[in-house]
Amino acid sequence: MTANRDSGPLLSVEGVSKTYRSGRRLADRLTGRPETFVQAVNNVSFGIERGEIMGLIGESGCGKSTLGRTILRLHEPTAGRVTFDGTDLGALPDAEMKAMRRRMQIIFQDPYASLNPRRTVAEIVGLPLQLHGLATGRGALREKTAEILEKVGLKSMHLDRYPHQFSGGQRQRIGIARALVSHPEFIVCDEPVSALDVSIQAQIIQLLTDLKQEMGLTYLFISHDISVIGYLSDRVAVMYLGEIVELGSVETVLANPRHPYTQSLMSAVPEVDRPGHRSRVRLTGDLPSPLAPPPGCKFHTRCPLAIDICRQKAPVAESVGPGHTAACHRLHENLSLLEQEAS
Amino acid sequence: MSAPTDKTLLQVEGLRTVFETRDGTVCAVDGVDVIVERGECLGVVGESGSGKSVTFNSVMGLVRSPGRIEAGRIMFEGRDLRALNQTEMRAVRGRDIAMTMQDAMTALNPALTVGEQIAEMLEAHDKGLPSGRNARRRAIRAHSVKMLGLVGIASPETRLGQYPHEFSGGMRQRIMIAIALASMPKLLIADEPTTALDVTIQAQVLELITDTRAKLGMSVVLITHDLGVVAEHCDRVMVMYAGQVVEQGRTADVIMRPKHPYTKGLLGSLPRLSLRGQRIEPIEGQVPELIDLPAQCRFYSRCRERGPECLKNIEMRDAGNGQTARCVRVQKELAT
Ligand SMILES: Nc1ncnc2c1ncn2[C@@H]1O[C@H](COP(=O)(O)OP(=O)(O)OP(=O)(O)O)[C@@H](O)[C@H]1O
Ligand SMILES: Nc1ncnc2c1ncn2[C@@H]1O[C@H](COP(=O)(O)OP(=O)(O)OP(=O)(O)O)[C@@H](O)[C@H]1O
Ligand SMILES: [Mg+2]
Ligand SMILES: [Mg+2]
Repeated sequence: MTANRDSGPLLSVEGVSKTYRSGRRLADRLTGRPETFVQAVNNVSFGIERGEIMGLIGESGCGKSTLGRTILRLHEPTAGRVTFDGTDLGALPDAEMKAMRRRMQIIFQDPYASLNPRRTVAEIVGLPLQLHGLATGRGALREKTAEILEKVGLKSMHLDRYPHQFSGGQRQRIGIARALVSHPEFIVCDEPVSALDVSIQAQIIQLLTDLKQEMGLTYLFISHDISVIGYLSDRVAVMYLGEIVELGSVETVLANPRHPYTQSLMSAVPEVDRPGHRSRVRLTGDLPSPLAPPPGCKFHTRCPLAIDICRQKAPVAESVGPGHTAACHRLHENLSLLEQEAS
Repeated sequence: MSAPTDKTLLQVEGLRTVFETRDGTVCAVDGVDVIVERGECLGVVGESGSGKSVTFNSVMGLVRSPGRIEAGRIMFEGRDLRALNQTEMRAVRGRDIAMTMQDAMTALNPALTVGEQIAEMLEAHDKGLPSGRNARRRAIRAHSVKMLGLVGIASPETRLGQYPHEFSGGMRQRIMIAIALASMPKLLIADEPTTALDVTIQAQVLELITDTRAKLGMSVVLITHDLGVVAEHCDRVMVMYAGQVVEQGRTADVIMRPKHPYTKGLLGSLPRLSLRGQRIEPIEGQVPELIDLPAQCRFYSRCRERGPECLKNIEMRDAGNGQTARCVRVQKELAT
């Protein structure tokens, strides 16, 4: 199982796609509602090095959560391959996949829906410990559970409460505690701090970075917040309508975004001390739909720089600098939306 | 807080909401006052668990046992909402006040398509729908398609036939906003409406709320932890900590000249791009558990400016310009 440990990236994603088939209920079939297909993730490839934080950013509905869940095999990919520590996850029998789950965890985006309402916090957070036999005896179990709760800013007195007795942000932290408790190596963090106020957001970001140092963790960190991604990731992948349109180190991508979509993202960051400081690049044009993705470059319907070729041919990712790639037909013309707005 | 005027739409006074738990009575909201004027946008920010959601769930009459409202008045257009019975309250919800919940997935009905849920709202709050059955159905469908489009959901016609679990986190938030706005309320209470949204869609949704506000003269309460959003969209802001309002005033004043040490700390702990590589400065320590709190400043244990004079009940103090804060150090500044 540990064939080529330590050589190559910890996680590698090759050509992964995921298409949902709209689950038709009996009522829908009776009323003849047509089946729909949502192409949520389309041919995505990248690797994550051991100890690295890879940020994943992109607009709502572009497929970030789907990609995160598919990587962990919570969804079966429609195509492509995910390799973790040298092991092809798709080829793993269920029992071995179960054992693998201890090493790969997820912090879910929707804190409430992902917590069983009939279980107490002690049961929810303690479950991974029991499943993987990491604590024996009720005392040890409670102790370990309480310890991790303290780490995420909850108290041991919360152990016997139920999820509905907590505020939104507190529930999010229960989910974080559950992901951390089994000491995984890799965590998909799906918007882990979006529901939190800034002071707790700061505590959790600090906690996640400290734990990364302490335990050598690796993260795929999904967020729509460029400030958060910029603050803590090493590299960032920018996603648009199921595809990665730009990827590179955070410094380069934020300082020198090359894809027009990344540029429009960068221009729209509101900052409290400078309201409206940046002229916003306004994206107009039709919102594309994953139910019927546009031909050519998927961004062309909203891209101010789109020309004929963009409507016909999908661009492929090219290198635009060391470790920096982008997929756009007009990369070499060095056009920038940001400059256009400023002049 | 300023006195109510005839422009006042909602006035909450001395609200106290508690929950019975095994460890004792959790006093989630303890003496909260809120005023919302007609047409204004009030921002509500504060520590996680400080009582923001419970305050406005109380206004909506949505606190369930073992929780209860123990004290306070909730006046909406001169009517005391606490005196209304279930049926009357249901009529107020949606028609007069609509609230989008923080938990989109649990607030939406998993067994109904999104289209059915919007239609239900439109039916219940019939505003100018044609009376013929087919014309009515068509009007509802057209309006639903428009609403989904306005919150930035592509292929709205097909999407109307899908169930909540078939949408992404951010899409569900937007669907809730579409449902809330479909009823054209006088007051929209939006609990973390844009947390899961990226900046471009967030801007679009907030703009939609602002436009509707201008068009209908709707008032908005925006519960959010995003101070950038507050700075851009709210006329006034109210800061909560451990069940109390600790500061309120005009947005620009509170952000530029915060008076309460908690507000100052909140502004200091924003992750900013410019701070990459440095440690952010979270406020040290933890919120006190809201059970049997001693009569002293609730921020005491975490406050950098604390002193012996803080070990008593602290009232809201006037800082001038309509800004008030719950801190002994606050002094009135002359209007500039
Ligand atoms: N049913 C309940 N039983 C016991 N305590 C509760 C219950 N509901 C809420 N609380 C407590 O009341 C307090 C206030 O919760 P509330 O949901 O209003 O917080 P909030 O300010 O909205 O926080 P967040 O930003 O995390 O959403 C919290 O400490 C929470 O634990
Ligand atoms: N279980 C499902 N069945 C059908 N379609 C789905 C399902 N889950 C997600 N989708 C669709 O897949 C697309 C991508 O959704 P996903 O949740 O991955 O987006 P996201 O990038 O995480 O968005 P957000 O930032 O809003 O959370 C959306 O169009 C969504 O409607
Ligand atoms: Mg998501
Ligand atoms: Mg809340």
